[in-house]
Amino acid sequence: MNALLALIKRDMRLAMRVGGGAMMGALFFLIVVVMMPFALGPDLNLLARIGPAILWLGALLASLLALDRLFATDHEDGSLDVLMMGPLPLEVAVAAKAIAHWLTTGLPLIVISPVLGLMLNVELRAMGVVALTLLAGTPALTFIGLVGAALSVALRRGGLLLAVLVLPLTIPVLIFGVAAANAAIVGPAPFGPPFTILCALSLASLVLGPVAAAAALRHGLE
Amino acid sequence: MRLAADNLGCSRGGRTVFTGLSFSLSGGEAMIVTGRNGAGKSSLLRMIAGLVHIAAGQIELTGGDAEASTAEQAHYLGHHDALKPSLSVGENLGFWAQYLGGDAATVEPALEAVGLAPLSGLPAAYLSAGQRRRLSIARLIAVKRPLWLLDEPTSALDAPSQVRLAELMRVHLAGGGIIVAATHGPIGLEAPRQLRIGPGPA
Repeated sequence: MNALLALIKRDMRLAMRVGGGAMMGALFFLIVVVMMPFALGPDLNLLARIGPAILWLGALLASLLALDRLFATDHEDGSLDVLMMGPLPLEVAVAAKAIAHWLTTGLPLIVISPVLGLMLNVELRAMGVVALTLLAGTPALTFIGLVGAALSVALRRGGLLLAVLVLPLTIPVLIFGVAAANAAIVGPAPFGPPFTILCALSLASLVLGPVAAAAALRHGLE
Repeated sequence: MRLAADNLGCSRGGRTVFTGLSFSLSGGEAMIVTGRNGAGKSSLLRMIAGLVHIAAGQIELTGGDAEASTAEQAHYLGHHDALKPSLSVGENLGFWAQYLGGDAATVEPALEAVGLAPLSGLPAAYLSAGQRRRLSIARLIAVKRPLWLLDEPTSALDAPSQVRLAELMRVHLAGGGIIVAATHGPIGLEAPRQLRIGPGPA
């Protein structure tokens, strides 16, 4: 337990220091969303209708942004070797890194999303719902991305491969995330079913992601 | 405590590096692994550390903690120093001490032992190669593990630091520990066992 907390704390501290990726995701999210009204024109009704989808797409891309360095830096400086020799099972250590990553990149996205909703003419109540769906869905994005990060650990330019590998797998999360947000805002479908599936996707990836990522890292040794 | 390797074989990238390697070490013994570049010295250490797949044979550490794997009872000092440049010297060592199951109180004496205590608050980015090496060695002092796997431990160290490392290794051996070191030169231990991988003199 001590080792787990130590690892989470270290990764959060690294993300917050100079050169860490903590705020990069949130800034990228901000820029993507701010660009949208310029591209689409000042049609307020259109923006309000596709606002949740834009927010979700922005959050998806932003949460993958810093993910490629998740294991690559530890691999390059030898930390990964020592992490593997620690008392934690590799699956748990990998999950700890993902939790730290979500806390430093996923959570800020959710916090700033209501502000960004203003740019897209999404009303306040609807913004709360979108933030709620992001809260339920972004852990799935991080934990699915974890597998891609582990697979591309030893590759230079692994970020591109990561995006190609991971983005198709995140399609279900995107579909149900946007579906739940739209259901709550415009109806007429009920909010419950898509939101529940979104939560299920997060919980499933929470379990499967670390197992697959640890297997990928172990395989990379040979 | 006893480390035994039986008929080990190693293959990397489809190429057989070595086969039929056997040795056995008991507590208080050190072994120097020599061989040409590419003979498999580093691979052997990484195999013992559980970081490289064992292609043939087996490695066993008996007489230690029966619950823990060999890797969990070993320290591996590789070519890389496992340090984060943006964390301070104290934070780097503090993290490894906590992660590997030591406690925070061991950090200060360990830094003292490698002569880095005055630099505790300095970000590791500003350390020289030799200082980084010493900080890496401090990890072995901060957390007690019986088996030390050292890959070129003296690289980048100046003469006084090499003497200090030799002293730390002697203390470790005197406490019943085992050391396996891959090296090209002497590392300051009296009469260590020798294991030569591959043919011919170094």
